[in-house]
Amino acid sequence: MSVLVLMEPGDPSRQTLTLARKFGEPLHAVHVDAVEPFAPDALAAILQRVADELNASAVLAAGTERGNEVMARLAARSGLPFAANCVAVSPGPPATLTRLRWGGSLLEEARLHSPRPLITVAPHTVSIEAGAAPIDVEVKHLVDGLDERDLMVRVSDHVAPSNGGVSLTTARVIVSGGRGVGSKEGFAIIEELAGLLGAAVGCSRAVTSAGWRPHSDQVGQTGTKVAPEIYIACGISGATQHMAGLKGAKRILAINSDPQAPLMLNADYTVAGDLKEIVPAISAEIRKGR
Amino acid sequence: MTLRVAACIKRVPITGGRIVLTEDARAIDTRHLGFTMSPHEECGVEEAVRIIEAGGGDSVVLALGPAEVVEQLRDAMALGIDRAIHLQTDGQEWDGEATAAALTDALRADEAAAGRFDIIFFGNESADSGGFQVGARVAYALGRPCVTGLKRVLIEGSSVRCEQEVEGGRDVYIVPLPAVLTVKEGLNLPRYPSVPGKMRARNKAVAVTTPIRPAARLELVSLAVPAGQGRRAESLGSGAAAAPAVVELLRKAGVL
Repeated sequence: MSVLVLMEPGDPSRQTLTLARKFGEPLHAVHVDAVEPFAPDALAAILQRVADELNASAVLAAGTERGNEVMARLAARSGLPFAANCVAVSPGPPATLTRLRWGGSLLEEARLHSPRPLITVAPHTVSIEAGAAPIDVEVKHLVDGLDERDLMVRVSDHVAPSNGGVSLTTARVIVSGGRGVGSKEGFAIIEELAGLLGAAVGCSRAVTSAGWRPHSDQVGQTGTKVAPEIYIACGISGATQHMAGLKGAKRILAINSDPQAPLMLNADYTVAGDLKEIVPAISAEIRKGR
Repeated sequence: MTLRVAACIKRVPITGGRIVLTEDARAIDTRHLGFTMSPHEECGVEEAVRIIEAGGGDSVVLALGPAEVVEQLRDAMALGIDRAIHLQTDGQEWDGEATAAALTDALRADEAAAGRFDIIFFGNESADSGGFQVGARVAYALGRPCVTGLKRVLIEGSSVRCEQEVEGGRDVYIVPLPAVLTVKEGLNLPRYPSVPGKMRARNKAVAVTTPIRPAARLELVSLAVPAGQGRRAESLGSGAAAAPAVVELLRKAGVL
């Protein structure tokens, strides 16, 4: 039984192959750049045709923005159910699977009742295993024959990021503030420490909702997911919404006046007390060492 | 140009710091929790209100869920949405496929009575089940273009310019209206409902339908709270006196 996989550059697609093999071999691949510029309906149309021609037992993609988007469209046009962000599967039928809810704060065991399971694999939850590489499917004739309607949604331009600061996604250090910072002006001490460390400034959802910081600074389930060497959380309680963004952080240092705050219990290191005293003291200590 | 705009929302619990499950492990124990609309969808509601404020027209909010969903529908109307459609259920979980089918029926019925929606907003994914599919399914059923994951929406005559956040910037799509747009938090900063807004919302119309739940093809069996990541908090002390220990940690981590 052959299995079809939508491939993108990067590890999440290679991780996807691990679960794809559970549905059979050989694996066949359609690449996300088969249609340039990106056109999600066109890719879904191609996947549908190829899956039918191969009589594929399942179609998988990485649970990236692109992967989830294309698979949702494939599900819609195929009239099939779709399970996003899975971390484990067993082929069935019915296929049984474990998938992420609440940005990874909950795991769901589910059954997928479908003649052709459509599945995305949550990035960085499955290890890459050695195995035969997927066979690239020749799709040029399908691209040439695409229906105009499937090209209506298509990238027509790209806008470069506007901010000149350190990017949250790639930062090695993040100094982040929560409701405990108290005000927009209160972030001056956070910015000062971040400046000394060459760090990005982050914040919690409470802070953006209050209008103290732009949403582009928000770390969490509905903000940015981060993976720094160290994440310094100042006055952040640690709601599941926020913790969902921290799963990739190597070390977490929590500074909080409430020792029972969830983030204080889920950190690697803690300092208890008033961040308005502690953060400037850390900055002063760094300056002293220079 | 006056427009008709719809926003579809979902009621979700405010989970706080630790998720507790019901005894049968099939749901979150919400006895001590408040509820809200899913964050991405709140931005869809705000955007719908802004579009109607700017150009005039008619706005509708839709939600599928139990009787209590009317709280979130009233919240949306307090922000400025004109009226609501409640697809009332008995509280059982509906999968994305079934939710999309019921919303499609409700949207079609409203369009037959009051005219086509120029834009239908969805959240990119719900906060709780995170299915990433309801908007795309409704768009396909209605035969309309769908653009997902939007951080900026700009109506330009009879089309809409959409900006989708991707690594290294934003991709731009321009699609004709009518369209289905799925949005993300950060699209705008939703306003707080005003007291007069809340008062007006009490008297706005909520139409109720009762769709029949099909058997789920993505069937929830049970939920589990994942094991911790093995972090064991080590105290570096308290107050300003802990600063040298923090600097030592930063040196050890190789970031100083």
